[in-house]
Amino acid sequence: MKLLTHNMLSSKCLKNVNVGYPLSIKVEEMITSVVDFNPEFIARIIPKLEWNALKQAVNEVGKDSCLPNNLIENFENDEDFLKKVHHVLLEIEIVNGCLVCPETGRSFPINNGIPNMLLNEDEV
Amino acid sequence: MKLKHLEYHLSNVSPFEKPKILLEQYVTPPHIAAYMLHHIQFEHGDITDKIVADLGCGTGCLTIGTATLDASMVYGFEIDSDALDIFQENMQQFELTNIEAIRCDILNIPRRFENFFDTVIMNPPFGTKHNAGIDMEFLKIGMLLSKKAIYSLHKSSTRKFVKKFVENLGCKVEIVAELKYNLPSTYKFHKKDSVDIEVDLVRVLI
Repeated sequence: MKLLTHNMLSSKCLKNVNVGYPLSIKVEEMITSVVDFNPEFIARIIPKLEWNALKQAVNEVGKDSCLPNNLIENFENDEDFLKKVHHVLLEIEIVNGCLVCPETGRSFPINNGIPNMLLNEDEV
Repeated sequence: MKLKHLEYHLSNVSPFEKPKILLEQYVTPPHIAAYMLHHIQFEHGDITDKIVADLGCGTGCLTIGTATLDASMVYGFEIDSDALDIFQENMQQFELTNIEAIRCDILNIPRRFENFFDTVIMNPPFGTKHNAGIDMEFLKIGMLLSKKAIYSLHKSSTRKFVKKFVENLGCKVEIVAELKYNLPSTYKFHKKDSVDIEVDLVRVLI
């Protein structure tokens, strides 16, 4: 599971959960892979991100991202910045671990790189 | 990439080991998957450099085909862990880095994915066994997730119904192709070795 995916997931669908975001990450196994850098794609994906959640995720997995506290202006033309975002979004992969709902503590396992967001019937 | 190359490529994607009738698991045959993806890219330009979702991705035939045609990123959503195990093996075999998979109920996809995708593709359960209407539910979710277009396979016999359903939700729909889906005998209750099912490749525009 890439950190891009983490940025999109929430536990809001759980009963009695208001925000359910961001999920905290517990890492058991993590790898860093090499993904081709596509600046247009990264520039297009940045407006869809919750920046603070990304910052928090990078901290939680124990990586130093050198990401600024706030999204910079004119990021489209800043290749250095786009490369950093590319790395944290696409190249850090959680293989095993879990995601934890910030409100209920409900844990969603990540096995073999795939987060399991499936809920039991009585949880919806 | 030529159609026949894509088809050959996709013939290496492993199918379900033990298909589950409750989930209506039928593999998408490589020639159907290849035709569908080839059409989506080369007629409409809706795969390369796009963010794509595959709803009910199964063992990943359409997902892998989409990634092979250079989607920026493709997300496979699937409820069944056995299918995802094979999906994972397939993904590793093809060495693609632009694929992510999420195990979840399609009817309960995290809301932040709404409008996240440029294109949504799917070969939904036909909704003929114990889950009538599931194909329309998939389509409806696809319309929430996609900003632009949805491509889906439906039995030709349900064409009128599908058209009306989509139009009632305020979207445009066109039948892009009629295909023959040769289903090899998958389940015990199938009496013949294989059966041809006529399916429509449906394109929905948001």
